[in-house]
Amino acid sequence: MNNILDHIGIENYIFLSVLLFCIGVFGVLYRRNAIIVFMSIEIMLNAVNLLFVAFSTYHQDAEGQVFVFFSMAVAAAEVAVGLAILVSIFRNLGSIDIANLKNLKG
Amino acid sequence: MSPILIIFYVLAAITLATAFLTIYSKNPIHSAIYLVICFFSIAGHYLLFNAQFLAIVHVIVYSGAIMILFLFTIMLMNLNKEDEVHKPRITRLGAIVVFCLLSIVLIAVFVNSKTIVGDYDTTGEDFQSIKKLGTVLLNEYMIPFEYASILLLVAMIGTVLISKKEKK
Amino acid sequence: MEKNLVLLLLLTPFVGFLFNVFFGKKAGKNISGIVGTLAVTVSFVLSVYFFMQIKEVAEPIKLFDWMSVSNFKIDFGILLDRLSILWLLFVTGIGSLIHLYSISYMHDDENMHKFFAYLNLFIFFMITLVVGSNLLVMFIGWEGVGLCSYLLIGFWYKNQDYNDAAKKAFIMNRIGDLGFLIGIFILASLFSTLDFTELKEVILGGTQNGNVFWLSAATLCLFIGATGKSAQLPLYTWLPDAMAGPTPVSALIHAATMVTAGIFMITRMNFLFDLTPFISNIIAIIGAVTALVAASIGLVQNDIKKVLAYSTVSQLGLMFLALGLGAYNVAVFHVITHAFFKACLFLGSGSVIHAMHHEQDMRKMGGLRKIMPITFVTMLIATLAISGIPPFSGFFSKDEILMTAFHFNKPLWIIASIASIMTAFYMFRLIYLTFFKDFRGTEEQKHHLHESPSLLTFPLIVLGILSLVGGLISLPGNSWLNHYLEPILANKHEEHHFGTTEYSLMAIAVVGGLIGIGLAYSKYIKQAFVPKSDNEITGFSKTLYNKYYVDEFYTFLIVKPLNGLSNFFRETLEPALGKFVYGFGSVANGIGNQGKKLQSGSIGLYLFAFVIGVCAIIIYLFLAQNIA
Repeated sequence: MNNILDHIGIENYIFLSVLLFCIGVFGVLYRRNAIIVFMSIEIMLNAVNLLFVAFSTYHQDAEGQVFVFFSMAVAAAEVAVGLAILVSIFRNLGSIDIANLKNLKG
Repeated sequence: MSPILIIFYVLAAITLATAFLTIYSKNPIHSAIYLVICFFSIAGHYLLFNAQFLAIVHVIVYSGAIMILFLFTIMLMNLNKEDEVHKPRITRLGAIVVFCLLSIVLIAVFVNSKTIVGDYDTTGEDFQSIKKLGTVLLNEYMIPFEYASILLLVAMIGTVLISKKEKK
Repeated sequence: MEKNLVLLLLLTPFVGFLFNVFFGKKAGKNISGIVGTLAVTVSFVLSVYFFMQIKEVAEPIKLFDWMSVSNFKIDFGILLDRLSILWLLFVTGIGSLIHLYSISYMHDDENMHKFFAYLNLFIFFMITLVVGSNLLVMFIGWEGVGLCSYLLIGFWYKNQDYNDAAKKAFIMNRIGDLGFLIGIFILASLFSTLDFTELKEVILGGTQNGNVFWLSAATLCLFIGATGKSAQLPLYTWLPDAMAGPTPVSALIHAATMVTAGIFMITRMNFLFDLTPFISNIIAIIGAVTALVAASIGLVQNDIKKVLAYSTVSQLGLMFLALGLGAYNVAVFHVITHAFFKACLFLGSGSVIHAMHHEQDMRKMGGLRKIMPITFVTMLIATLAISGIPPFSGFFSKDEILMTAFHFNKPLWIIASIASIMTAFYMFRLIYLTFFKDFRGTEEQKHHLHESPSLLTFPLIVLGILSLVGGLISLPGNSWLNHYLEPILANKHEEHHFGTTEYSLMAIAVVGGLIGIGLAYSKYIKQAFVPKSDNEITGFSKTLYNKYYVDEFYTFLIVKPLNGLSNFFRETLEPALGKFVYGFGSVANGIGNQGKKLQSGSIGLYLFAFVIGVCAIIIYLFLAQNIA
């Protein structure tokens, strides 16, 4: 079977992944709504997963995909817990504006 | 222009566009929908790589579970209308600057590293079918596999605990 | 056995000190006085014992190893050779007499036990000074006697003037001590030893004769130390002010013992001073000039103790003159006779002051000889001795000094003779004003006049007898003292050949003394002259009365700039330093305040910092490697 990267080229995937990651970062810094921030974090995680799979195909190695597997598991767990915390905050503060979470000010 | 390249470009365009729109749209429900579409496109990328298992799992876990969670939470908090106060102008400008900076830095790293472009490995050997994946997963990565289950258990318990309503 | 007795000699006064410090108040005045006196008497008895056993050459007795650094070793040792035993005899002897005297003199004072404690401590340190086997142990004693001098001068501490006098004495002593220390350092670096016997061997061995510059520097510094302790020009102004202390203190410390420490030190190191004739010349000149200057100031003083103080400075000047001319045995002789008659004079003046209820101005005295006969007779004997009238002891010692001066350096002889004539004049002035004519004080004082109790007069009698016969230890032509001191001195001076020159010099000296007495008689008895009160003194007398304004000069030259410097430090430098140090805190505070803004609590800022940090790390790790 041919390596698909013969046709597409690994640099394309690298650029795509980097751009996606940077969009995620941009989203984290730009928005004040905690939910949107979470979503941006998911975008970042996905960018990395994509790159892993690309390199797994590049090196013809299964280990990249195994890592993605675990990454997804962790992402799922993290989202669950994170949303629970968010709901908790919402119950206490009434809004999920991250500018209101200033108790650590020192 | 081989057809695969065209497919790649289309998928990539969808991914980037939806990702951007996720961040940019004012309504959180719209953001969630855009994100779902983004995840689907990434699943499409995985299919391009012939990683079928991963693609299916990706769709199930991300689009199926995580985004549903998000949507439920958004609806729980009744965030349909979005009247979010924007961050101060300087912060937004800073965010844009950082975005550019980070992208430039990361791309520069990759460009400066010596990528061996050329002969890709093509051993013809199966390296990523479900069979192979399962073998690798359950042989070398047995212990992380088990730990992953514990992790999920803990996450579940934690979530239930945190989101319990306090008894008055 | 020897070692134990030596330790007993050294430590008994110290034990007396401790007793009086801890138990003096409880034991009561009499017991503390008796214990103090006994402590010194024990030392005196032991010194007599050692005197009986005197040998030609003494070995140092080592008490313990004190310090040793590579090839430089100092032990804490005791050297009981002829010189130290001689000194011990009169220090502890006169010391015991004065302790006896103090039991009665200080009886009205509430702090009598403290007085005896300090006196005992002083004797302890003086003994340490005298018996030390190396320069450093001597220095311990040197410092210690300076300290006790300070404590005793400022004994009546409630009067601020007395405290200032005590401070002045201590500080001037200190200046001298600095010189002494530098001398010790130079000697230590030159010879790697400070032990007297070793130094004597090394120096007499003659290998150092080429190094005259450093030897002169060492002797000059040692002499500066002696200047401070023995009140010579320019460090003499503390001695008249030290009369603020009680009279027994003046008698003991500032007449008989502490001020002789300088002469003792120079005599000990005579082999060194012989090698530096230039410095010895300077010593002689300073001694002679001091003698003249102090005598001239003493001519017009009205406080009985101040006259005696200037007389002490003057006589010490004569002793240094002898030392400078190389005649160490002559100086030692004069030290001994001076101790006798000066102590007698001071104790006698103390008796007078006691009778006059602490009045010290001679213009208010007069006609006391009928009321206080014992005091009068003893003081007259001592005054005749100091004026150099034969056959009293002072004649022999002063005459030897004048003869030595005549042989070596005639201008100095002239200066010394003038000083001696002046001495005779003002001492008899003191006698006439105090004891003759009519009483010039108040009626109330007249009623209280009486002869002093026996505890006060007994020491006077003893010292009077010693002043009378003390000359016997060194008669011209047959000097026991010169033979006795021979092993100590490096150069053996030949005995004076007694020809016509010597006899005519003796005659000149006696005639000079008689002239002085005659002048005093004519002014104060015949003309019944009474010195004017303070604001009526004019002309040159005023300069003399104000001590040539030397104190004012020192204040202007040294004290005022020092005070100015202190004020500068206090007003300017210390606040500046304070601000500087405090500034560190302020800077830290400021930085902290600015840094506090980083912890704003806003998550957005934290995330921002995250990303910037990651960029920075990546840039550093991956991209910056290729540059440079």
